[in-house]
Amino acid sequence: MSQLQVKVASIQDVSAGVRHFTLVDAHGGELPAFSGGSHIVVTMPAPGRTYRNAYSLLSSPEDRAHYEIAVHRQPQSRGGSIYMHEEVKVGSVLDISYPVNLFALSRVAKHHLLIAGGIGITPFMAQIHDLERLGGDYSLHYGFRSREHAAFADALKGRVSQRAVCYDESLGQRMDFDALLRAQPLGTHVYACGPQGMVEALVSTARALGWPEHHIHSEQFLAPPVGEPFTLKLSKSELEITVQGDMSMLEALEAAGVDAPSLCRGGACGRCELEVLGTDGELQHHDHYLSDADKASGRKIMPCVSRAKCGYLELNL
Amino acid sequence: MSLAFKQETFRDDYTFRNSPEAIRRFPFPFPEDQYMYSVNIEPHTAGPKGAVTEFTLDVDEHYVAECRDKAITLEQDPGRCASLPHMMDAEWDFLEFTMESLARDYPEQFSLSKNGKAWTWINRPLGIEQSFVFGDAATLPMGPFEYMGRQVQGDFVLLDQREDTLFADAGIVTSQADWSLAFNVGMSWNEWHGPVPQVTKLGVMDRALKFLMSLQQANPVRRLNWTMTINPRLDTSPENYPLWGGDRNKVNEQNAGELAHLRVELQTLFRMPRSNAIVFSIRCYLISMQEMATYPRWAKRFHRVLRDLHPDLVEYKGITKYQQAVVAWLSRFDDGADIGTGTQPE
Ligand code: HEM
Ligand code: FES
Repeated sequence: MSQLQVKVASIQDVSAGVRHFTLVDAHGGELPAFSGGSHIVVTMPAPGRTYRNAYSLLSSPEDRAHYEIAVHRQPQSRGGSIYMHEEVKVGSVLDISYPVNLFALSRVAKHHLLIAGGIGITPFMAQIHDLERLGGDYSLHYGFRSREHAAFADALKGRVSQRAVCYDESLGQRMDFDALLRAQPLGTHVYACGPQGMVEALVSTARALGWPEHHIHSEQFLAPPVGEPFTLKLSKSELEITVQGDMSMLEALEAAGVDAPSLCRGGACGRCELEVLGTDGELQHHDHYLSDADKASGRKIMPCVSRAKCGYLELNL
Repeated sequence: MSLAFKQETFRDDYTFRNSPEAIRRFPFPFPEDQYMYSVNIEPHTAGPKGAVTEFTLDVDEHYVAECRDKAITLEQDPGRCASLPHMMDAEWDFLEFTMESLARDYPEQFSLSKNGKAWTWINRPLGIEQSFVFGDAATLPMGPFEYMGRQVQGDFVLLDQREDTLFADAGIVTSQADWSLAFNVGMSWNEWHGPVPQVTKLGVMDRALKFLMSLQQANPVRRLNWTMTINPRLDTSPENYPLWGGDRNKVNEQNAGELAHLRVELQTLFRMPRSNAIVFSIRCYLISMQEMATYPRWAKRFHRVLRDLHPDLVEYKGITKYQQAVVAWLSRFDDGADIGTGTQPE
């Protein structure tokens, strides 16, 4: 996959535990345009293992000079957010993916109802730019625990106050999903991003009210298939190859000079299929090619996207 | 790179021919003696120098004549270009994408200069110079998609991604192979692939759709598809069937080398930045049996593929009436020797 290199131009603490990063192209050029709702995947080469976390872009999609992301420090998390808070400084250079949008606005919706909880406001910050530019009809409802957690309340106030409603939980203000959803005109699409409990409650309320499935959107990130390193044992060529956490099995085979076939490199075509002879852990299938039965059998793997959580994986190669 | 553009036609007197260089770079699609549908998608990375995949969009010796043929088809039937209102961002994405890649890859033929949103586009082969404001359609003579769609070889469909599928919500389609359904803007993935035989049971279409839904910016993909056409005709649309359908009955063992053409589509797919739409480009390459046979390895290969093609595909591709004549014409080149795998000409 093609990657971008960015440099951290500034860092700001915007609210309790939330740090805001402004990124510029490391080579001084323009960054690619994107659509509101897009995220980037940041590669973090921590010692011992590489993290890849997805963060929504919150800057204006038309601003090709900067990307902005906000990172909520999650002490109990896998460690990516801690890396961003502790290791990344102004001037740090980071590898990021091109923007990917799995939370796109529907371009045929009559009205957009945007529901944000806490740090879940970020994708909407960019979507609002698109909606304003396109003259889209929308309303935004933004809930937060207290004023000091309201990372973007002031920014919103200035920009779009007549379309945004804020809910400060510490003052007992809460969204009433049922009432909100019932009040929407026909053809409305609802978008939810925030804590899992909030998103689930919104989605189930909308379903219970009979909203069409395609009108209910919730943020999903492309779970990047990275993980811990493990060792490949090749039975025919009697080689042992380490697959690093930020590499696919296919890339590791290629880097070791093994002639491994591939075509799509995206888990669709079937060309790269390999036979598994054994492992001391479990296979993590990420492809669209193998049937569920094949996946369950543990005998086949598509090394372009899949990997294993194990010490070793033995292949008939 | 300097390109000599040919004067030729794709209708009436059919003066289209390939130069020896064009034959040599023809995207021959058969690596094996048998052909069946598969998810033959691969990254659209730069191919070797001179190959049709060397650049993002291929401009070849037929560029000027193809653009002219496209203009004739659009004049006779303006409905071949259509775009739904919500595709405006995708139209501008398309304009930027085509202008930037042509100007980057063929600087002698095309140039683009930008001063903020004030852009100037120069297309020397077609004699066009246009200043306009990016994002303001009133500053162009027509919509941005049609404007650039007329200046690039091949057909283009813009796909909007929503409801877990892809919708063909804009298209400029003047050189489609005989699709059994008239192209309709607004159709979804399953609707337009419904009539394709054999593929559902192979699970090909579901996998291809899932793959495309996660297509990423800067990581385009491509695949080849193929059919056959009698006479070098680009516009073999169902709408104009009366103009070309009858030619299928004229093929015999003597004239097949001249009349019958292999028609290969280089299909490329690109994720667009602002709209999140996918550009689907369908670029058609034609080669007569005679031209193909200048490389006997290709003639042998195609003889075997066509002779043994699954009957459903023969029917679907509209080859039934002349399959035997073409197989007979090609058989003289086929000594049955093993030619290994691969699409290379020699
Ligand atoms: C990359 C993924 C794709 C795959 C694997 C695929 C596969 C196929 C196949 C195997 C056929 C039968 C063609 C033949 O035998 O001549 C076909 C036909 C067709 N495809 Fe696709 N296709 C893809 C993408 C698309 C896209 C993005 C469009 C967008 C418009 C499209 C539109 C069509 C149409 C209109 C036909 C003709 C259908 C007919 O005649 O009824 N395809 N496709
Ligand atoms: S290369 Fe296509 S499935 Fe792995």
